[in-house]
This record gives sequence, structure tokens and C-alpha cells, in this order.
Amino acid sequence: MNAGEVSAVALANESLQQIDSQEGEIHAFVEIQREQVLRKAQAIDDGVAQGKNMGVLAGVPLALKDNLCQHGEVTSCASNILSGWRPPYDATVVSRIETAGVLIVGKTNMDEFAMGSSTENSAFGPTKNPHDTTKVPGGSSGGSAAAVAASMTPLSLGSDTGGSIRQPAAFCGVVGVKPTYGLVSRYGLVAFASSLDQVGPFAGSVADAAALLEVIAGHDPKDSTSLNAPAPALSSHLDDGVKGMRVGLCNELLEGCAPDMVAAIKRAAEVLSNAGAEIIEISIPELKLGLSAYYLIAPAEASSNLARYDGVRYGVRVDAEDVTAMNTATRTAGFGDEVKRRIMLGTYALSAGYYDAYYGQAQRVRTLIINAFTKAYSSVDLLLGATTPTTAFAIGDKVGDPMSMYQSDICTIPTNLAGHPALSVPFGVGDDKMPIGAQLLGPALSEQQLFQAASVLEHGANS
Amino acid sequence: MSSLPEGWDMVVGLEVHTELKTATKLFCGCANNFGDEPNTNICPVCLGLPGSLPVLNEGAVEFAIRIGLALHCVVQPSSFHRKNYFYPDQPKDYQISQYDVPINGPGYLDLPDGSRVGIERAHLEEDTGKTTHVGGTGRIHGSDESLVDYNRSGVPLVEIVSGPDIRSAEQARGYAAELRSILIASGASDGRMEEGSMRVDANVSVRRGTEAPFGTRCEIKNLNSLRSVQRAVEYEALRQIAILDDGGTISQETRHWDEDAGKTQTMRSKEEAYDYRYFPEPDLVPVVPSEAFIRQIEAELPPMPAQRRRELIAHFGDAATDAQLDQANAAVELNLDPFIVGAIEKGITPALALARTANELAGLGDDAMSLPKDDYIALLKMEDAGELSATQSKKVLADLVAAGGGDPKAVAESKGFEQLDAGALDATLDEIIAANPDEWARYREGDDKLTGFFTGKVMAATQGQADGKAVNAALRQRRS
Amino acid sequence: MSDNTRPLNEDDVRHVAKLARLQLKDEEIIRFTEQLRSVLDHAADVASLDLEGIAPTAHPLELSNVLRADEVTASSDRDEVLRAAPSVADHRFRVPRIVGEAP
Repeated sequence: MNAGEVSAVALANESLQQIDSQEGEIHAFVEIQREQVLRKAQAIDDGVAQGKNMGVLAGVPLALKDNLCQHGEVTSCASNILSGWRPPYDATVVSRIETAGVLIVGKTNMDEFAMGSSTENSAFGPTKNPHDTTKVPGGSSGGSAAAVAASMTPLSLGSDTGGSIRQPAAFCGVVGVKPTYGLVSRYGLVAFASSLDQVGPFAGSVADAAALLEVIAGHDPKDSTSLNAPAPALSSHLDDGVKGMRVGLCNELLEGCAPDMVAAIKRAAEVLSNAGAEIIEISIPELKLGLSAYYLIAPAEASSNLARYDGVRYGVRVDAEDVTAMNTATRTAGFGDEVKRRIMLGTYALSAGYYDAYYGQAQRVRTLIINAFTKAYSSVDLLLGATTPTTAFAIGDKVGDPMSMYQSDICTIPTNLAGHPALSVPFGVGDDKMPIGAQLLGPALSEQQLFQAASVLEHGANS
Repeated sequence: MSSLPEGWDMVVGLEVHTELKTATKLFCGCANNFGDEPNTNICPVCLGLPGSLPVLNEGAVEFAIRIGLALHCVVQPSSFHRKNYFYPDQPKDYQISQYDVPINGPGYLDLPDGSRVGIERAHLEEDTGKTTHVGGTGRIHGSDESLVDYNRSGVPLVEIVSGPDIRSAEQARGYAAELRSILIASGASDGRMEEGSMRVDANVSVRRGTEAPFGTRCEIKNLNSLRSVQRAVEYEALRQIAILDDGGTISQETRHWDEDAGKTQTMRSKEEAYDYRYFPEPDLVPVVPSEAFIRQIEAELPPMPAQRRRELIAHFGDAATDAQLDQANAAVELNLDPFIVGAIEKGITPALALARTANELAGLGDDAMSLPKDDYIALLKMEDAGELSATQSKKVLADLVAAGGGDPKAVAESKGFEQLDAGALDATLDEIIAANPDEWARYREGDDKLTGFFTGKVMAATQGQADGKAVNAALRQRRS
Repeated sequence: MSDNTRPLNEDDVRHVAKLARLQLKDEEIIRFTEQLRSVLDHAADVASLDLEGIAPTAHPLELSNVLRADEVTASSDRDEVLRAAPSVADHRFRVPRIVGEAP
């Protein structure tokens, strides 16, 4: 880009044209920043013409999940309660990608406040899976996954609290990364469950995902939970291979998965083995407790994080005679059913008399899971398993049954509880010809090894 | 000491919130300034905007530790919790506070009367915004709507919780007063109760006898002055005793002190109590002050009131009267002792420096503390030298404090205060003696009670311009 | 922990809805009770574990003492912030009358 071979304006136009042709069917976006992106692209081209370095990702179009604050641009979390809200500040990741020269083309659709696994919980209607528009793209970052899968943008950003990047990446056949907790700043990411949330990249290739993660990672003084560690070197190690790496094929990330899924992940293990990794079958029974612990901890934090939507300072208000009635009317009209369910679940888990049995107990299970991972990582470097139990399900399939919807996160949740990194890389298709994602997991700050292994799987996927 | 009916005992614990004098708020870099234009010191963090995150202010941690050390508390590793409740002045609809592990654990406070009150904890938390009620009486009840200013939102607070060790209204006042002077002395807080930078809640219960189990307690809010602490505790204990004497029972509730009516009134019953759903604040990490950091703060801690009282009284030697000891306590309590010590060191008569400070300067409110010490000493010097009468000196002082300082000579001149010269005093005395021959005769025979009579006459005749001491001297001279 | 194994009922849902400032229709109370109960039933595996002696993890990081210097930084633009508010008067956020004092 900085060499001036392709113009940013041309890349922006290409992206906008693809959006124009696909968006009607896919509905990946809640807002397209047509004029802004062309203006920015022009500025980049001007800078390049003057010989300036316009950033490592200069002119690359990117789609931004609607829960990342962008100064002056609508940031609604796909919720009625925030519809039309324009933050007076930028998220740290937004500042970083802007500095890197990225072209933000718009905000992507999502499950309301990132609560969901199908993007059907958006106040603005569902996103469709570009591989089959009768299927969900996964969620909650369904719009970001679909934008990349439909070639609308080469890159996008999402957030992953219990699998919200990896699961839609798997469903849509793209690469999705959930970084180590604290590696990427959460400042400006609208909180769902603060101790689990992490921003991460989607891309069509492992190399592109690595380039984007290198830009957004690194310490941020505005986030107290930001690690004081430099951004990992990923791109320069992508071809380092997996020779000598010990990879655990994790039983709990396969059992309960569909047969075509299990077969694909076993093929993935073979690819790694052929590349020189040692495959070790491993069982971590504690991971089975993850789902229950997650659906107590995440709603508990969410019930508190979402209290602020009270109609006083920003967002939409429904008037009433007193402030309590106004808060209640505003929240009742402004939140969708899934958000209400989780707020109530979390309120219950924290309330007097239940804290110990639910929230407190879930926190102890979190310790068990972390300890179990630590033990596993004393004998293997990485873990391999499925990202999802099945390929993408049909739109409408699980809407009426929250518990079955929650089950689709079963393979991704344990990583979030531990704060570890994991990624999903496309690895073939299922019996229904829908994409399958292989999930690689590693201990904290093992991103470099994860990307090395992902790169091997990417090249071996079609062999 | 207690004015409770025979056989009754009261049990009181105080919760004191004090704002810290940091430059910025607890979790963001907005200025911590009282009285600025509404909503000018706000940002995504203290407005609770979606996506914002708190980052702890090092200065607030240091001030909190100072307070802890001044109260002999255990300074310990601590963490933050969220206290969840909806209220429009609380921008996140939860307050970041400390719960099971406060930065300061148990300590104590010794009162000037020799009693000791235990401190259970002194923890960090954030303040709320400020609501103004529109319509009705301007109070919350009967108002039509409210307006919220978030300048105060996120200002650092330390909440100091005493043990249930206080046994009288007077002691409650004494505790609040001593705590206030410790907070000021530590440099962590300005202790201004009328501006709300120090706020007191009292938990009050009563029991029959000092050995009986504690009774049901009520929490009293809105105690905006030391005086209201004492009045409200007294009122509340008597209210509870009256109910129990009538065979009734006390219901646990939160009550509001109405200063004008001199009464406490029900605010909220236990049934309406909140379920705060405390849980660990996931956006913040624990604070683990190093031993070296704590010791450094301790070493830099300024002298505390108890020590300053001892030092002040030392200037009077063994000759200090009980009244002077009370004055010394009062001066230290109000943090005015540097004025006295400063004046004594500049050669002012100690008794004058003490009396003028404890009696007059202390009565001029919080503004007194802002008076430049040199201006004050210059004024005392004039009075000490007989250039101003006591009455004149007091008037000049009031003007100086109101103006925030100035040249006392200039103020005295502008008020036309010139010391009556000796000739004029003699002439006035001649007239008064001539007009009151009987009194004069009795005075000459040694009736000292008449000193006041003649001094009063002279003051009236000279409209306060005469110096009381000079009049006394002149009277004694004529008698001898 | 006395009655923590008692199944969630409709009154519980009404209570948490009130705590969370949500108004539910009767039909929603029935539906949410059923849905939340199924999640809590699933969570019974966690609730029933004997985890005596296991420390709770509130946070995946083992960081401490993340502090910032006590230095003033720029505040937000008041007009921009107030523009986003549903109702404003006198440069302040306007709300309908408040029932009850702050805790």
C-alpha cells in the first residue's frame, strides 16, 4: 500500500461495491460509513503521494463490531436502548487501527450487547450466513464474520466473551482470534462481562489476522486490566511450523460434537502430526463445568454493566411520572428478551441468599478450570479441538430455547474463563458443505505458537 | 455526662464520609473542584459512558493510607467491589467501593477527654453526582423534577466507620470533631462540613443499662455540622427511649435529621432496604501497598491534633487555666493552632493569642483558615501594643477574614479606629467620676466589682474606642 | 445457603425484575421463569459441587497496583455530552421527580 501500487480509494470503492451487492441479502452491517471511508481513503492516498508512511495497514478496509466506540459515529450494540448514540470518544482499538491507516467502512450487526450465538438477537434483524443464507452466521459477532466471509472487507473486529469471535468465524469459514485476556485494550468496548470480554480480529487468512492483532495488541494505560506486555511478534513467525510442538487433542472439545466435526478435527490433528507436531490425546474433565459457570458469571457481570442504561444520560428514554418508573419503562422497551433474561439471571445469581450458591460457586469452578488448564499445559504446548459442536444451524432453530442456544458455546467458553488465547481456523466443510472451524487453544500469551499452528492447518486444510 | 433518663445507655457508631483533596477524581483525570460550572469536569469514565473503564488515582491511595495511619489502622492489601443500586446521581448505577477487604482495617481514635473510640475500617470509594430538585420546596419531596450535575461524580471518598463505642451525644460530637481535625491535619481532606466534603451518618440504639445487649439501631442521615451530630444523636436516643418506655418497639430504619425542626424522620424502613448485590469489580485489580510505601507515607505524616494540643499547651506551662485548656482544644479541633503558635513565636502575649484565636477567629467559620497568618499576627501585634482596643481588634478581624486578608492598619484606619489618646481618656474619666461620686467612693474603698461599671461607662462614652486594659490601668492608678 | 436448591419460581422472577428495573407481563413472567429455571437446573452441576477450600477467581489476571498519577487530563466537551442526553436543562441532565432519598 505505502508503495502506492493500489490506491486506498480503489480499495474503499471495491469494498463498498461488494457491500452494495451483498448487503441486501446478508445484512452484515447496521451502519455503513460511505462518505467517511472515502474521505479517509483520499487522505491516505494523498499522504502516500507525499511519500509519508500512512501506517502498516494503510488503505485496508475493515468492519467494526457495533459495540466498539467510535467518536461521533453511531455505536448502538444492536440495541434499541442505544440506537443513535454517538460516543464522544474512540475506543483504544479504534485509535490504533486508525493510526495504522485502516479504513473503517461501517459498524457490523451483532447479538444485542453481544448476548447470543446467532446474531438473531439484534434489534435490527438477523445477519445471514454468506455460505447459506438460511443459516445463522453465528454470534455474537455475526456481522463481522459475515462481512469477511462475503468479501465485503478483508478484515473485521469483533469481541469474544464466551466464543463470540471463534464461533461465528467457524460458522462463516474465516479465521477468528480471541487473544489472551489483557493483551488488547477493552477501553471503548461496550462491556458485556468485563472479566471475560476481549477484542479480536477476523480475517480471511491467518496472516491477515496476525497483522491486525499486531496492530491492536499492547498495553493501554486506560485499561487497568491491560497486560504490561509488548504486542507479540506474529507475522514474522507464521512459517516457523510446529516441529517438536506437543499438541493435545482434547477429548472434552470433541465429545458431544457431530461425527463430521469429529472427523474433521482428527484430520486436523493428522496435518499437525505430518508437520512434525507430537499429538497427545488428553482429557480435561473440568472443562465440562465451564458452561454452567459461564452462564452464572457472565450474566452476573452483565446485570451490573447494563444497569447504566437508565434513560438519564444517553440513549433512548421512555418518559414516565417519576424516575424509577422512567428507568423501568426505558429498560423494558429498550432491551430485547435475551438481554432481559441475562440481566435477570445475573441479578438472581448475585442477590442476597444466592450469591454463594451461584456466583461464588461459579468463581470457584473458574479456579478449577484454570488449574486444570495449567496442569494440561505442563504436558502439552497447545490444545486442539472443535470450535463448535456442529456447523451453522438454521435461522430460527434455537430462538425459543435459550439453553440449547447456550450449548453451542460449549467448546469456546472454557478459554474465556481462564483468560487464555484461542483461535478458530477454517478446516474443511461438514456433510452439509458448511464450513468447519478447528480450534487451537494455548496458555496465556501463547499467540505466537497458536498462529504458527494455525498457519500449518490453513495450508493443510485442503490437502 | 449523658442527659439520658436514669438507667438508660446509648450506643452510637458513626460513619463519616470525607472527600479527598486530590487534584483529580478517583478513577479518571477530571479535576476534583468544588463549585465549578455544572458538568464541566466530566468525561466518559465519571459519566459512566458505555465502554469506559476506571483507572485508580495513586494520590487517592496515598491520602487514604495517610488517613489510615493517622487513625492507627492496619493498612492492608485491598480490592474494589461494585455496590449495585439505581439512582440518577450514580452514573453507572453502581458505586465502586471496597467491601470485604478495605485499604485500612481496624484502628482507633483517642479523644481529648481521654476516651478511645475504635475504628472498624476506613475504605476508598467514589462520590456521586449532585442533584438539584426543581419545584416544590426545593427538597426532594414534592419536587417536580431534578437536575443532575456530575462534576462530583467519581470524586474520591474515604468512609471511616467507627465501632459502636460512643456512649453519649457529646462524645459523638467530640469524635466527629477530633476526626475532622485529624483529617485536616493529615492533609487528605479539608473537612468542610457545610460544603459537604465531610458528611456524617450516625447509628443510634439504646439499652437499659450498660451491660444489656445492644438494641435495634436506626441510622441517621444528613448531619451537616458538629452541632447537628450532637443534637440528632441526643434527639434520636430520647425518641427511642420514649417509645420503649411506652412499651413499644424500635423498628430498624434509616432516618433523616431535620435541622430546622430539630427532629429525625423516617426515610426508609428495613423492608425497603436495598439488595446491593456486591461483587468484585472486574475492571480494577487489587491494591497492594508495599511496606516501604506505607513507611514513607508514615514518615511524612504531619503532626496530629493530640500532639499539637500538647505542644500548644506547653507554651502556657503549668499556669494554663481550665478555660485555656478548653480554648486550646477548640483551636486545635478547628486547625487554628498554627495561628496561635505563630503569634506566640512572634512575641505576642500567649493568653491574647489563644483567646483571640479560640474565641473570635474560631467563630468566623471555615473562611478563618484561609486568612494569611501574617495579617492575623500583625493585627494581634497592634492590639498587644495597645494601638487597638479589644472591641476594635475584633471588628478588624471580621473584616480581614471576610476579605480573605489585608493590612490590619489600613482596615483600622478605614474604620476610623484610632486609639483614644491618654489625655482624652483622662478627660472622659474625670467626667464619669464626677457624675458618679457614690460609686467612685465605693470603688476607692476596694469594691472591685465596680471596675466593670466604670469600664462600661467609658466604653459607652467613647463608643468602644477606649482600650479596656488602658481603662483598667487608669482606674487602678487613680485609686492608689 | 439455606434454600439455594429451591427451584426458581415466578415470585423470584418478579423480584429480580423489580431489582433490575424491568417490567414483565404475566405471560413473560411464566416464560422467563421456565427459561431461567432450565439454565439454573443446568447450573446445578456447579451449585452442588463440594468446593470447600478452593479459592474463588474473580479475574483471570494476577495484576496488582495499576495506578495513574494524580494529574488533570482534559474533560469532555460539555455540549457534545449533553447533546446525547434525552433531556437537559441548565446544562444539567433532567430527570422526572425522584422518589426516595439516595441510600
